[in-house]
Amino acid sequence: MNKKNRINKYLIQAVLIIFAVFCIFPFYWMVLTALKSSNNVIEFPPKVYPTSFKFSNFADVFRLMPMGQAYLNSIKVTLLATFGTLFTSSLAAFAFAKMRFRFRGLLFGILLGTMMIPGQVTLIPLYIVFARLGWIDTHLPLIVPTVLTNAYGVFMIRQFMINLPSDYVEAAKIDGCNYFRIYWQVMLPLCKPIIVTLGLFTFIWNWNNYLGALIFLNTDTKFTVPLIISAFRGVYTVQWELLMAASTVAILPIIIMYLFSQKFFIQAVSLTGIKA
Amino acid sequence: MKSKKKNKQARYEQWMAYLFIMPQYLGLICFVLIPVIVCFVLCFTSWDLIGEINFTGLSNFVSVFKDERIGKSLINTLIFALGIIPVTTIVSLCLALLTNREIKGLGFYKATYFLPMATSSVAIVLVWYWMFAPDLGIINFALGMLGIEGPGWLIDNAWARVAVILMSTWQGLGYYYLIFLAGLKSIPKEYYEAADIDGANTVQKFFRITLPLLSTTTFFVIITMTIGALNTFQEPMVLTEGGPEYSTYTIVMYIYDLAFKFFRMGEAAVVSVVLFMLVVLVTIVQFRLSGKWVHTNE
Repeated sequence: MNKKNRINKYLIQAVLIIFAVFCIFPFYWMVLTALKSSNNVIEFPPKVYPTSFKFSNFADVFRLMPMGQAYLNSIKVTLLATFGTLFTSSLAAFAFAKMRFRFRGLLFGILLGTMMIPGQVTLIPLYIVFARLGWIDTHLPLIVPTVLTNAYGVFMIRQFMINLPSDYVEAAKIDGCNYFRIYWQVMLPLCKPIIVTLGLFTFIWNWNNYLGALIFLNTDTKFTVPLIISAFRGVYTVQWELLMAASTVAILPIIIMYLFSQKFFIQAVSLTGIKA
Repeated sequence: MKSKKKNKQARYEQWMAYLFIMPQYLGLICFVLIPVIVCFVLCFTSWDLIGEINFTGLSNFVSVFKDERIGKSLINTLIFALGIIPVTTIVSLCLALLTNREIKGLGFYKATYFLPMATSSVAIVLVWYWMFAPDLGIINFALGMLGIEGPGWLIDNAWARVAVILMSTWQGLGYYYLIFLAGLKSIPKEYYEAADIDGANTVQKFFRITLPLLSTTTFFVIITMTIGALNTFQEPMVLTEGGPEYSTYTIVMYIYDLAFKFFRMGEAAVVSVVLFMLVVLVTIVQFRLSGKWVHTNE
């Protein structure tokens, strides 16, 4: 029995490791290819271990395409959109969780109802609106709607706040705090876990937003990282070492972030079913 | 006197609350509610982004449904859903069952399995594009080692679809694995203990306890995957650009092409509405069906 158990245990570990390799391999292959010279890439049979370290591929990525500019654009768009939406959604969540006002239930219900509307339905009309506002080929269409529409975020933060004791709010009121200070100095620090989690998911979503960028941006100096990557695919079709170097550069910030905060991600998915 | 002060206090609180929800509500009205209405109105107009907007009645509907691309994109979506859902569900459930116990390295496995979802982007699709390359790609090389001649991924109609399905499965696996694992953890241990006393074997326990109690989770997983399949865009766009011969063309790609390649906003709006209806329909049908096999605690 004991022996059978042990064999079982090894068997399970073997299966799990095979799937782990399946999940990681594309990343490994990406970095490996990115470090090859163009001769190494067409070498047959391909080597699955590093044979060369051609770091100049990364420099080429920045030289051949405005990757540096795209990086700055992506950082700007992602940070503004993420912090903006965290602010507006937590502010609304605070009102829904801890303040009394008429139509509170109704207004919250409408907000939840809109969560089911897929983004593709609003795409065409939004394009028209932004065209009229003269926002096409600027970063505003990628920032403003994200900041101002986050029903899911409002819902999640409200659920979290509702479980916090209202005593804090009442005590702060007696101390003469106004509502904004209660929100900013009392509630927000208490909501750190949910804010961090939502922040991580929003950051990734914005960093990887491809469809939005594809539609609203035209000039290559305005491009964000995903657009530059797809432009790369069009121009350097079979220069695999360059394409993979570009992919590595694009994914790196997300991988680093993930390595440091994977526990948050896993916990959030397990508890709430949030999707990246 | 006191109640008047209290009244004033309540009114102040109310106005502050409206102020606090205003940014989100403004966004909701400007970027969701009005656009949805406009989308429905646009269906009945013709507009090329520059000229006049004219009402054209039902002609957009006629031209969209005459276009073979609507049928093709719907069929592709169905094929993707039928490919992705069973494979992903079975694999992720099996992994969850295997790890629903004391196990060494669980944290590592969870983090690794979720990595593809956390990094889902154009950049990683490009990596698959490279791995699928017919002559130099690592996948065909590996198949060759096994003595199998690799297919023309991305250039053969059927294999291009398989490629999209394979990549989507890779991407979603870890997410659904975590969902299933959380579902398994929520099943009370007492049930299994009671079954042990009654002498039930592993298979019986799985079909009589685990599967019924996991049905709510499975339901959530299937809905999420179906809606995901309906919204597929990025993977085929970068892997195959919808080809060959529209074999990986999706509804969202069709909307994109109509609106931003051919500047037929009215027809694009019609397809958007079709997509919207499909999402709603899937949700309703699955909720209806769920009554028959989903076990809830109430």
